[in-house]
Amino acid sequence: MQRFLTDAAEYLPILMQGVGLTILVTIGSLILSTVLGLVWALMRVSGIKVLDWTAKIFVNFIRGVPIIVQLFYIYFVLPDMGIALSAMQSAIIGLGIAYSAYQSENFRAGIQAIDHGQIEAAQSIGMGWWMIMRRVILPQAIRIVLPPYGNIMIMMLKDSSQASTITVAELAMQGKLIASATFKNTSVFTMVAILYLCMSLPLMYLVSRLEKHYATGRR
Amino acid sequence: MIVLDNVHKSFGSNHVLRGFSTRIEKGEIVCIIGPSGSGKSTVLRCINGLEAYDDGSIRIGETRVDRDSKSIVDVRKRVSMVFQRFNLFPHRTALENITEGPIYVKGEPRDRAEERGRKLLARVGLAEKETAHPPQLSGGQQQRVAIARALAMEPEAILFDEPTSALDPEMVGEVLAVMKSLAEEGMTMVIVTHEIAFAREVADRAIFMDQGVIVEEGPAREMLSAPKQPRTQDFLRRVTHPI
Repeated sequence: MQRFLTDAAEYLPILMQGVGLTILVTIGSLILSTVLGLVWALMRVSGIKVLDWTAKIFVNFIRGVPIIVQLFYIYFVLPDMGIALSAMQSAIIGLGIAYSAYQSENFRAGIQAIDHGQIEAAQSIGMGWWMIMRRVILPQAIRIVLPPYGNIMIMMLKDSSQASTITVAELAMQGKLIASATFKNTSVFTMVAILYLCMSLPLMYLVSRLEKHYATGRR
Repeated sequence: MIVLDNVHKSFGSNHVLRGFSTRIEKGEIVCIIGPSGSGKSTVLRCINGLEAYDDGSIRIGETRVDRDSKSIVDVRKRVSMVFQRFNLFPHRTALENITEGPIYVKGEPRDRAEERGRKLLARVGLAEKETAHPPQLSGGQQQRVAIARALAMEPEAILFDEPTSALDPEMVGEVLAVMKSLAEEGMTMVIVTHEIAFAREVADRAIFMDQGVIVEEGPAREMLSAPKQPRTQDFLRRVTHPI
């Protein structure tokens, strides 16, 4: 224990740099995946066949390829086509696109869970498709979508460690570098695990708070 | 004001409307009755474009109802709908349900829309429920809010699709009373209903439909008291004397 504490004090600053990058990758890809996921979901429920199929094919394509391969593709293959992205950009875009598939399935399920009578009522007072989505469907779908969304957030936080495979020096990578240089595997990886927990526990708390907030039936 | 001419509608192989024609004048109150599956609700849903029709024509004044055209928004502003299952927006208060259309569809200033909304709530007897959410209201109260929501669009006509069928029996009266007061004020109404006594008292004209066509129509009091067609007689007997 004594040794762990001295190790912790020594390596924490370096690991915290990793934490910073982990948070950056997670937030960046969370935003991207949410926006893209919403786009796919809206395409799926648009009732326009071309959009529906495009989104469907895209989502299944993304779901069928491992995230790590998608990251390699963006970071190592795209430069051959003249699109050079930094490791950080590649990580955010790669994880964002990969997770947009899961986000979209979640959003779509939420949207389709809303009673069709809601759409008809909105139509009957003259609302168009976009306004129905914005004013009637999405505000109600949030309640349904939120618990799985929280889980996706936590999964994304953990999967941000895959960015290490394309040289982003986030938490897992920093841990591995320190461990292989010092052989202090136990101390270092314990700290890494604790730091991930410290990030995901508040997320879990936030999700349960939000669930309670929306469960009251009020906005 | 509303003219349906030889309207046909199929759901797959199910031919629901087989040449339905009628015209509804301004201020007229028409009740449509008939067995379930006869196409009554489909008629209403075609009139405001919730359902597309396959053949024939429906006109609101000069405008042809076409749900794929931009003009459908105009049609829906002019012809409101009240649903069997109320379909209030559960995430909004009673007042917000009423002002949603005026503010966001018609672009009415919020304070004016809310002032009108409060008056409409008072009119359906729910002034004190302004901030209640639909799940906190009884079925009858929800349907009265739904009627206020339809009125808030200042429509030329209101379509009622079995407005009391989803209600507990003791709540039917309060909804019918509101509808009756609308009728007395000269609102144009098309009502699909099983409330024969109400239809007889309030409606100008009754239409009995079966299998997608009009079997019999005429002045409501006459027709619903002494129908001429055997099928109408049979239906009315079964509805008014179920045992």
